[in-house]
Amino acid sequence: MTDDGVLLRTVGLKKHFPVRKGVFGRVSGHLQAVDGVDLEIAQGETLGLVGESGCGKSTLGRVVLRLLEPTAGEVWFDGTELTRLSARQLKPYRRDMQIVFQDSVGSLDPRMRVREIVAEGLEIHGVASKDEREARVLDTLERVGLSRDVAGRYPHQFSGGQRQRIGLARALALQPRFVVADEPVSALDVSIQSQVLNLLVELKREFDLTYLFVAHDLAVVGYISDRIAVMYLGKVVELAPAQELFARPLHPYTMALLSANPEPIPGRKRQRIVLTGDVPSPIDPPSGCRFRTRCPIAQPICAEQEPPLADHGQGHRAACHFPGTEIAVTSSAA
Amino acid sequence: MADNTPLLRVTGLRTYFYTLDGVLRAVDGVDLTIGHGAAVGLVGESGSGKSVTALSLLRLVDSPGRIEPGSVIELEGRDLSALTEAELEQVRGKEISMIFQEPMTSLNPVFTVGDQIAEAVRLHEGLGAKDAWAKAVEMLRLVGIPSAERRVHDYPHQMSGGMRQRVMIAMALSCNPKLLIADEPTTALDVTVQAQILELMKELRERLGMSILLITHDLGVIAEMVDEVAVMYAGRIVERGPVADVFANPQHPYTEALLRSIPVVGMTYAQPLRAIRGMVPSPLEWPPGCRFAPRCDYAFAKCATEDPHLLPAGDQESACWLSEQGWRPTATIEVAT
Repeated sequence: MTDDGVLLRTVGLKKHFPVRKGVFGRVSGHLQAVDGVDLEIAQGETLGLVGESGCGKSTLGRVVLRLLEPTAGEVWFDGTELTRLSARQLKPYRRDMQIVFQDSVGSLDPRMRVREIVAEGLEIHGVASKDEREARVLDTLERVGLSRDVAGRYPHQFSGGQRQRIGLARALALQPRFVVADEPVSALDVSIQSQVLNLLVELKREFDLTYLFVAHDLAVVGYISDRIAVMYLGKVVELAPAQELFARPLHPYTMALLSANPEPIPGRKRQRIVLTGDVPSPIDPPSGCRFRTRCPIAQPICAEQEPPLADHGQGHRAACHFPGTEIAVTSSAA
Repeated sequence: MADNTPLLRVTGLRTYFYTLDGVLRAVDGVDLTIGHGAAVGLVGESGSGKSVTALSLLRLVDSPGRIEPGSVIELEGRDLSALTEAELEQVRGKEISMIFQEPMTSLNPVFTVGDQIAEAVRLHEGLGAKDAWAKAVEMLRLVGIPSAERRVHDYPHQMSGGMRQRVMIAMALSCNPKLLIADEPTTALDVTVQAQILELMKELRERLGMSILLITHDLGVIAEMVDEVAVMYAGRIVERGPVADVFANPQHPYTEALLRSIPVVGMTYAQPLRAIRGMVPSPLEWPPGCRFAPRCDYAFAKCATEDPHLLPAGDQESACWLSEQGWRPTATIEVAT
C-alpha cells in the first residue's frame, strides 16, 4: 500500500472506441466511453460507480483491470503504474485484481465444472499443488455459501443467485485485494439480491477487500458504498461519501437521478425532477458541460466552458458551474 | 369498486405447461378483480407466474401451455374463455391491450411506427388509410413524442428505448382500451427515462380513465403507480389490498420479508439486510401445504400440511394461517431520514 492509503488511482483515464463506417471500415469518429477520469480508492474502501446505461461505468471497470486497453491516462495500483506494463509484468497484479460480472450465464463456461471454473485462476498463476488447489476450491465454495458437493456440477444446474456465488468464488480463490463488481446483483431477484449483498459485505470484512462496485440501482449502491461517483457521458460529475451524496447532492444530474428513483413507500409524493430527452451520443458529446442539453438550470457559460470537478469540502466534489442550485420541479410529464 | 360488475374478474385461473420434465404449474389458482378506472399492481419475483397471468388474460398462452378448464376470465361479465378466436381478436387491442418490457422485440422492425399504429386503428376502428395515419400522428403527440408528424415516419431502430416504449403505449392506447396491461414496462429503461414513462402513464390514465394492470418486480414502481396491489408467490396471489396498507402493514410473511429485505436509501452496510433464506421453489413441484412455509420465519406445524387460501385481514387479504386471527400489526421498512 502507498503511504496515503490509496490502493488504486486513475489519472486522466480515457477509453475511446473507434467508430467505423462503410465497406472499408474507415474510422469516422470516436465513441468516448470514458473521457478523463481521476479516481482514488482507498485500501478497504468500497467505491460505488453509478450512472445510466452508456455512461461508461462498466468500461471504466474493465479499463482499470486492463481487460480493455486504455486510450490515455494512468492506472496506479499499490504504487505501480499498470498501463505501461507488458503482459508478463502485469501477470502478478492480475492475481490481486479480480472481477465479478452481472451476467452469470455468459461469464461461466457451460462446459466446465464448478471445480474447474474456480480452480482455473489458481492453475494459471501456479498457486499451490494440485491437492492444495482442490482444498482451496472447496473452502472458497463453502465461504460463498455453497456446499462442497457442488464442485462436480455444471453452471446450468444452478439458479441465478447460486451462479453469482460461483462467480464470486472464482474471483476470491486467488485471494485478491481488489475486486471490480460489475452490476453483481442486477440480474437477481429481490429476495436473492439481499443474500448476495450481505455476502459481499461479509467477504469484504473477512478478506479486507477493496471494491469498485458498478451499478445503476441507487438504493443498492448507497447501501454498499463508502463513497459514490456519479458518471454521465464518460465523465465523473459528482463524487462524495455515500450518505453525503444522498443528503446534499450538488450536481443537477445527481439530483434528477435521486428524485427519479422510485422508493417503496406509497404516498410519499416525491418532488420529482423529470429530465427531458435522452442521453446524447457519446460519439459527439455536447460542448462544455455534457449534461447541459438536459439540464434544467443550464446557462450560456455551460456550453462554453467545461466545469471542473471542484472540491466542495468533506470529500465532496462536483463538476457544475452552479452547484447546489435548487431545481424547480415539474409534477407532470413534459 | 363502486360498480357492481367489475371490469375484469378472474376466478381460479390455472395455466399449466406440459413439458418433458413434467407439468409446470406456472399459474395455480389466481383470483383477481380490477374495477373500472382502477390501477392494480401485480408484484412478484421471476417464476412467480405474474407474466403468465397477464398472457392468460388475453388467452395468449401457446402450447405446451394451457389454460386449465374451470378458469374463469370475465370482462364486464362476458366470459373470455368461451369466445372464439375471431371474437377474441376484437377484445385484444381494442378492449384490453398490452405493453411489454422490451419495446424493440414487440415492434416490427420493417415497418415505420406510423404504419404499425395505423394498422391497429384500421383493424379495430375501421378507419380509412388517411384517417388512420392522422390518428397515428395524434397518438404519438399524446404520448409526448416531439415533432410527431416527422417521427411517425421513423423505423423502431431509429428511436431510443424510451421513445420506443412511448410508441408502444401510443399503439396500445390507440383504440381506447378499457384495460391496459403493462408487463414490466420500464424495467429495460434507465431510471430518468423510467420516471418519464411512469409520469406519462399516470397522466394518460387520469385523462383517458382506463384501468391499468401493472406487472413488475419493482416495489418502488408499485408504490408510486397503483391503488391496489396483489403479491404473487409460487403461482398464487398470497396477499392483496390497498397499496398503502400492504406496504405499511404487510399481512403475509412473504410480503413482509420482501419489504424488509430490500435496501432503501439511507441504509448502510453496517446493518445487514434481512435476506429471505432459501430459493423460490420450482413450479414443477410446489411444496405441500403453504408454498412459502419452507422459507417462512413464522411457519408452524399446520403450514407444512394445509394449504391456506386468501383470508380477510382488515382491508387486506392474506393467504396465511396467521390471518385466521385477523389483522396483525407488522413493522415495515425502517427508513433513516
